[in-house]
Amino acid sequence: MKPLRLILGALLLLVLTASFVPAQEPIRIGAILSVTGAASFLGEPEKNTILMLKDQINKAGGINGRPVEVIIEDSKSDETQAVLAAKKLVERDKVVAVIGPSTTGESMAVIPTMTQNKVMLISAAAGTGITLPVKERYWIFKTAQYDMSAVEAIYTTLKKKGIAKIGVITITTGYGDAGRKALHEMAPKYGITIVADERYGPKDADMTTQLTKIKAAGAQAVINWSVGPGQVVVTKNWHALKMGIPLYQSHGWGSKKNIELAGKAAEGVIAPLGRVVVWNKLPDNHVQKSLLKKFVTDYTARFKGEPGQFGAHTYDSMQMILEALKKVGPDRSKLRDYVENNLKKWPGAGGVYTMSPTDHCGLDKNAFEMVVVKNGDWMLLK
Amino acid sequence: MTVFLQFLFSGLTVGSVYALIGMGFNIIYNATSIINLAQGEFVVIGGLLMWFFLESCNVPFFAAIGLSILSAGLIGLIMERLTIRPLRTNDLLVMTMVTIAVSIVMRGLLMFKFGKEPYSYAAFTEGDPLVIGGAVIQLQTFWVLGITAACILGLYAFFNLTMVGKAMRACSFDPTAASLVGIPVSRMIMFSFILSAVVGAVGGAAITPISLMEYDKGPMLAVKGFCAAIMGGLGRGRGAIVGGLTIGILESMTAGYLHSGLKDAVALVILLAILFFRPAGMFGNTTMQRLKGH
Repeated sequence: MKPLRLILGALLLLVLTASFVPAQEPIRIGAILSVTGAASFLGEPEKNTILMLKDQINKAGGINGRPVEVIIEDSKSDETQAVLAAKKLVERDKVVAVIGPSTTGESMAVIPTMTQNKVMLISAAAGTGITLPVKERYWIFKTAQYDMSAVEAIYTTLKKKGIAKIGVITITTGYGDAGRKALHEMAPKYGITIVADERYGPKDADMTTQLTKIKAAGAQAVINWSVGPGQVVVTKNWHALKMGIPLYQSHGWGSKKNIELAGKAAEGVIAPLGRVVVWNKLPDNHVQKSLLKKFVTDYTARFKGEPGQFGAHTYDSMQMILEALKKVGPDRSKLRDYVENNLKKWPGAGGVYTMSPTDHCGLDKNAFEMVVVKNGDWMLLK
Repeated sequence: MTVFLQFLFSGLTVGSVYALIGMGFNIIYNATSIINLAQGEFVVIGGLLMWFFLESCNVPFFAAIGLSILSAGLIGLIMERLTIRPLRTNDLLVMTMVTIAVSIVMRGLLMFKFGKEPYSYAAFTEGDPLVIGGAVIQLQTFWVLGITAACILGLYAFFNLTMVGKAMRACSFDPTAASLVGIPVSRMIMFSFILSAVVGAVGGAAITPISLMEYDKGPMLAVKGFCAAIMGGLGRGRGAIVGGLTIGILESMTAGYLHSGLKDAVALVILLAILFFRPAGMFGNTTMQRLKGH
């Protein structure tokens, strides 16, 4: 009996160890996303995009023969969870770089962890403080445009149209706060006066009061800064009030769903949008067109829906990391150096990036197209 | 003047929504003394089901309303059968806590079915908004106000004139005494859940064209509706409508004449003030409330 037992035991061990040694150790990339919770509308397309790119690269043979593994942590839209996830990813999973988090608050929260552990983070959130001051953000990058750039795109259009007095209406969330701050900061530079400054909650049902005040204050245009149902309600109220002044939305407006929900009220609404939303309206020789076409068609085929602006954020961070991996291999600090120094006029889904030691976002107001709603569709504003 | 009117209309629009939700709280409270914190979810279910039948199944309008009401009533029934009845307790706090759990589960299920984006459909009557004295009011607002009024009248008649209604109120005052005189208490409780689910769902169907509806709108609606119900005195139909409209108009005036950032504090300040100074609500009788024991 004894030798039999021994042989069986050895065989068992052999089988066990054999099945645990993969052909090639995968390269691990981490992601912290708000898959559930208040910011889940961000996390969902972001997660889908990453999964799609991962499958595509692995189907194409991976990075120099090594497969890519993405470990996605759900932060539940919560700062504490985001920090725990960051610690797990860099310490236990030993990822080479981290994508996300989805919101500015969570991104700010994980910065110390990433910096201490010397791992690159490419955030999908827009907040200015994520990459500024750049000296203290050695390991931190982001692919979402600055709110400031969206404001500049709007103000440039306003100036061209000779509009000098505006009323702003913003949502009382981090997104609205950041937009409101940027609107106030940039106004003097463009010779614009903000004559009314109104707010509303994320679940409010009616904003006619605020819009009435804006009109009474003599504004020549309304700028609404929000994401979610609020921007549709504002649009409907603006239409119902027949305000006679144009309505501008933030770059959060870029979903066909908004036009569907607002119906004919959406006609004439103007917004600065990333090209991912209007890719089919771009001229064929545009440097982003072909990659956007592939990205949006692949995404729609797999997930029934559009990736939108948020999907574009993680598309770019994932592509940056994959390109760097191909060039310099899975080394945390070489990856960072590559992203900082080698991405010049780099076409992505969110715009054309030029990263540098003084700019860890690499996008400016040219990342946006001014888009107007016409006959239920987007049209580039001429 | 135009500006004032516009603030008033805006307040009416929002206030009528609060009033309708406040009513739902009152029905279950009247029959059981439970505060059903899943009331906001009934409203969301109403709006989303209405969208589902209208836009997704292309059912005609009246059939869609009927189907929404039927399904909502069924959900109310299932909720009571699965969660309240098996408890076999008279502890109101426990039952109220169970309703919180139900609301969380419902939100989860709604998210799975409908996703996270908002939904909407056309207003009940097409047409441009009405202009009165230079201020505009959406036609759908009249629907919401009308439905609220109809619910109040209907419920008043039901609770005061019909045998079943009276029996339901009796259960609220004293379940033991009610069962001693032969009232099937548990059936009455079940009726009250069905009824309040239906009222909530009708409200949801009516407000969706105005405010849009998404899976997690329930808690916010419930808070404002609860404030409306408390303000008017829990259990009083008329109270809820006065409470709802007052809160809506005050919010709008605060946003208009003070600042829109202060608006959401209004309902909570009112709630606190009422609880401090008139715990039985504006129309409630404090002495009677004390005699009732809660």
